Amino acid sequence: MFQFPTRLVGAAVALTLAAATPIFAQQLELKLMAPAAPGGGWDQTARSMQQALVAAGVARSVQVTNVPGAGGSIGIAQFVNGAKGDGNQLMVNGFVMVGALAMNKSPVTLEQVTPIARLTEEIQVIVVPANSPIKTAQDLAAAVKADIAKVTFAGGSAGGVDHVMAALFAGAVGADAKKINYIPFSGGGESLAAILGGKVTAGISGLSEYEGQIKSGKLRAIGVTSEKRIPGSDIPTFKEQGIDLVIANWRSVVAPPGITPEQRKTLSDAVEKMVKSDAWKEILKQKGWEDAYLGGDAFADFLKKETVRVTDVLKSVGLVKS
Amino acid sequence: MMDTFAALAHGMAVAVEPMNLLYALIGVFLGTAVGVLPGIGPALTVALLLPVTYKLDPGGSLIMFAGIYYGGMYGGSTTAILINTPGESASMATALEGNKMAKAGRGGPALATSAIGSFVAGTIATIGLAFLAPWLVDFAVRFGPEDYFALMCVAFVTVSATFGDSPIRGLTSLFIGLTLGLIGIDKLTGQARLAFGVPELLDGVEVTTLAVGLFAVGEALYVASRRHHTEEKLEPVRGSLWMTKEDWKRSWKPWLRGTMFGFPIGALPAGGAEIPTFLSYSAEKRLTKHPEEFGKGAIEGVAGPEAANNASAAGTLVPLLTLGLPTSATAAMMLAGFQQYGLNPGPLLFAERPDLVWGLIASLFIANAMLLVLNLPLVGLWVRLLAIPQPWLYAGILVFATMGTIAAKPSVVELSMLAGFGVLGFLMRRFDFPIAPVVVGLILGPIAESQLRRALAISLGDPMTLVQSPISATLLGIALVALLAPFVLKGMGRFKASED
Repeated sequence: MFQFPTRLVGAAVALTLAAATPIFAQQLELKLMAPAAPGGGWDQTARSMQQALVAAGVARSVQVTNVPGAGGSIGIAQFVNGAKGDGNQLMVNGFVMVGALAMNKSPVTLEQVTPIARLTEEIQVIVVPANSPIKTAQDLAAAVKADIAKVTFAGGSAGGVDHVMAALFAGAVGADAKKINYIPFSGGGESLAAILGGKVTAGISGLSEYEGQIKSGKLRAIGVTSEKRIPGSDIPTFKEQGIDLVIANWRSVVAPPGITPEQRKTLSDAVEKMVKSDAWKEILKQKGWEDAYLGGDAFADFLKKETVRVTDVLKSVGLVKS
Repeated sequence: MMDTFAALAHGMAVAVEPMNLLYALIGVFLGTAVGVLPGIGPALTVALLLPVTYKLDPGGSLIMFAGIYYGGMYGGSTTAILINTPGESASMATALEGNKMAKAGRGGPALATSAIGSFVAGTIATIGLAFLAPWLVDFAVRFGPEDYFALMCVAFVTVSATFGDSPIRGLTSLFIGLTLGLIGIDKLTGQARLAFGVPELLDGVEVTTLAVGLFAVGEALYVASRRHHTEEKLEPVRGSLWMTKEDWKRSWKPWLRGTMFGFPIGALPAGGAEIPTFLSYSAEKRLTKHPEEFGKGAIEGVAGPEAANNASAAGTLVPLLTLGLPTSATAAMMLAGFQQYGLNPGPLLFAERPDLVWGLIASLFIANAMLLVLNLPLVGLWVRLLAIPQPWLYAGILVFATMGTIAAKPSVVELSMLAGFGVLGFLMRRFDFPIAPVVVGLILGPIAESQLRRALAISLGDPMTLVQSPISATLLGIALVALLAPFVLKGMGRFKASED
């Protein structure tokens, strides 16, 4: 329909291309898959990337597709098989996918995709109802050690980051992680009601999800999972309280298998440029996401280590049969 | 109390600003449009609009989202009534009587009672939201897993007793639904069940796929198979296009009762819109003075569920605004909308941004009124759809159903399931099994199961937890009475008869 103008733009881009390489990226027309339904964390990450990539002038257009299902298992299968060798496609993924692939015995694994970069992370928190006798992480640790079955943890889906974190907590305080009484709820909302209603001992979630309740005093945060204390926050880390528990719900972006090193570099550069743009920083601030950019081989290493750690934990709680 | 009035008046002033009125209008229009299409629900629409509204002011875009939410509830019932294709699971109960009414030439009154009922229920529920929210939310969080399980028991008993001519047939259908509900990843252990290695089945059977397959595709197949036997006459309009005095008389109580079901259950964090609509349908079927009309197009069966549907939409805003707790897909998207502007819904939102909250609540009143104005004139246009020759109409329904399914989940497996459920729906119709309990089983079965198991996990396996909570004990008592009452009454009747 707009053949003439497009050709004109194409010609203009080709002209400038010869003069200055940075504008090369202007030509990128990306397809970005969110392997989840609209509205969740991955979808929001994908749509934020779409916004920032275009605003930062890195890509001319970004098309977001949603392929929901089974913690991303459906999406990654489609991505690995359908986008092979395509240097213009990306997929958002994250912590939850690692566990989901292991639990669903997915024939497709994260080893098959080309890692591009880790983008964001959300710090996790353990909360208790305001009237709970548990005041600190050590109190909770004592309760867990006394009778682990009686300590009920509410959190998100089975095998997700909250579940893994409950098992890591039990392990870190010297209890038998196999015996944790973890009660999965669908989404943070439902578990929040169970915690506020005093139905469970403690709740696990991303910090931003419970921030309002913590500030209003309805929930007490007994520890966060960051390495160092969050600037300006009065919630102690688990490490400060002598419990070795560091975990974050990270989200990243990957490319299809079988792309050339040049294609990989183009995509990595595009993402790096996006991460440094003001548009991206603005989005992070709005959504309350931590910038956790980690690119190239460092990210590939991280992905491998995290896969091993998560799979081990899931095996130890019996969610993955070894 | 006076504070609430003052705040609401201030909110009204915000909502009637011309720009905000425009946003509300765009919202209800979009919402109605997407509600009509199966597969594209209000949640997806809000998700697609989020990046677009990023630059707008928060008040305006939240008002628009609320309009979409309410509009979607309206639109879903239009297709349910006219072509037996519920746009979303909450309009399923509406399809039961509504479509029968439409086929009998009473599509006009069915659409009208649904539109006015939604308006009445939406308005009452919004008043409830304004005045009762803080109190209601305290009650709602006290609802534990065992209480939800008890609520499900009430729903199972009332619903399975309501549908079909014989309890055996109703229960057979219900169990088909419960079995379908087992498919997919077990929520509590993460293990796949009955998925047979098909990855697309891991998330379970999509409710809309089942509903559209059973209702729309099944119906099309059935009509096609009967075509050479007896041609079913569709009368686009018989009698008045508008509601008669009798219709009004039979509608207003169901509207109010539907609201009473919809608003509180919608406000529960795991309540949803399906349970109140079905409970309302069951209640109306029992209370009606025209039981012979149920199954053939009783207006009470449209008025009640429609009111319950819209009241529950207002109900879900209670936990969203007061706790930041999204209890439906659309509410979750609205939460994302709040966060986009750096606002955290929750206990602090009322205190920090009263202008926004009350503006939103006030605009709900306005959206409701707009929907009524938008929909009533359309009734005449919509019923003309039914004048389309039958083969064309049903071919159109098939295309519509298929497109909706593909739009929601683009996969071959999903389409095959739609076709399979269509055949199932055809067979069930052919052999006279009620269809609705299948869908009820699919929706309620998994909820009941995971709530029961959660309750038992929390109590360390002690089943007494189910009767120790006062809420749950009461609800289980109601379920027991509802289960036994018909038998007892029958026995009493016999006793009396023998006395004579």
